[in-house]
Amino acid sequence: MDLDIPPGSRFGLIGPAAGGKSVLLKLLVGLIAADAGEVTIGDDKVTGASEDALMAVRQRVGMLFQNYALFDFLSVGENVAFPLVRRGVPRDEIDQRVRDRLRAVGLAGSEGKLPSELSGGMKKRVGIARATVARPEIVLYDEPTAGLDPVTTSKIYDLIRADQAETGCTVVAVSSDVDALVGFADRVAMLHQGEIRYQGPAAAVRDAGDPAVRQFVRGELEGPL
Amino acid sequence: MTGARRAALRSPIETLGATAMQVAREAGGITLLAGRVLRCLVPPSMDGRELTRNMYRMGNRSVPIVALTAFFVGGIMVIQAGMYVRQFNATGLVGWGAGYAIFREIGPVLIALMFSGRVGSNNTAELGTMTVTEQLDGLRALAIDPIRYLIVPRVVAMMVMLFILTVVGDLVSIAGGMLFSRLLIGIDPSTFYYSLVDNLDWIDFVHGLVKSAVFGLSIALTSCYFGVSVRGGAVGVGRAVNAAVVAAAVSIMLLDFFLTFLLP
Repeated sequence: MDLDIPPGSRFGLIGPAAGGKSVLLKLLVGLIAADAGEVTIGDDKVTGASEDALMAVRQRVGMLFQNYALFDFLSVGENVAFPLVRRGVPRDEIDQRVRDRLRAVGLAGSEGKLPSELSGGMKKRVGIARATVARPEIVLYDEPTAGLDPVTTSKIYDLIRADQAETGCTVVAVSSDVDALVGFADRVAMLHQGEIRYQGPAAAVRDAGDPAVRQFVRGELEGPL
Repeated sequence: MTGARRAALRSPIETLGATAMQVAREAGGITLLAGRVLRCLVPPSMDGRELTRNMYRMGNRSVPIVALTAFFVGGIMVIQAGMYVRQFNATGLVGWGAGYAIFREIGPVLIALMFSGRVGSNNTAELGTMTVTEQLDGLRALAIDPIRYLIVPRVVAMMVMLFILTVVGDLVSIAGGMLFSRLLIGIDPSTFYYSLVDNLDWIDFVHGLVKSAVFGLSIALTSCYFGVSVRGGAVGVGRAVNAAVVAAAVSIMLLDFFLTFLLP
């Protein structure tokens, strides 16, 4: 496959379940080593890079995991503060940014709660706050709205859009909620059976030339899928 | 010979080979982990808060159970020796006998096994759960090395706390031995005490402490290794805990054999 994600874009990755979308996100930051091929972020090579070099690349990236990956031994506030603490940001600034981020995701005052006390949707929002608190250049969202109701889904995408507009970061989002993702992204790609079947403007994906892409996006029962 | 019979005959050899491969793979994995931990320790670089947190929950919270066990171990030593003490009127040897066995052998081995059951299994389950819920990947995605942040403080905490718990356990065992020798065979505590200090050397005490530090390292590495290499969700975590406890127990016994052989 050949996938090009323009800097500063809102990029959506769609495709049938278990098609490797989450794996592709992990490949982008070297959490999984590629068997073949090349992944680069800007001028930095991810494939074949040493763990130390990958750490430098990951400093520029924020990531929301499908299962949130919140640290259950830390409180909500500590989870969100974590990337800042590790970067040596002053304590006062950390507290302020954590408060701001939690307010932005609708969880103001939840600093002292433990992840085990939160619902799935709240965990997702804490994960978003943690992924974006350090204002990374690139933010990867793995299923940012899975399991959320339509209103919360819209709020989440509005939040990500506002963040992206403010920081100018590159957003890559993977989602099974095609309608919401296509509405959010300016460019999308569809991954199916290890191939990129579509890559282009989100607005044109419903009328893509590939019948498999059209069937998937339109949710039709008849077709090659 | 039919294919089924050939398979039945080959099966034990295959099983033996597969087991040997599995043991070699795990020993290799533990050795690689040990190497990575060592790299982080030269020069020492770890999260102080994680170290303190682990020392507290692994060490402080183990004191009651270790003390209780050790207290009765001292009593058991006296009960076992009591019959011969009476038969040969060797009251002057009870303190020495109990102390020698506790300091050099029973104390470090028993406390290490207790520690492995309580702390090692908990550590494997915790790291295993973190692995299957992508928390380790979460750390790596945040440009944090899980070995340096999670594993190194646990290895250091386990080594240090098992060492300290062994000191505590040895002392409580001796106190238990002293009390039970008075209650069960009527030996005066001063007789017990002088039998201990006159006949034992510091080296007997240190011998056990060196063992405890090595056992601590072994429990830490096996429990961390099986924790971070979990595959397959909750079932995998259960399997990993089981494997870690068995591996730690076997390694304690093997190391005890070699250390007893090598140490003065």
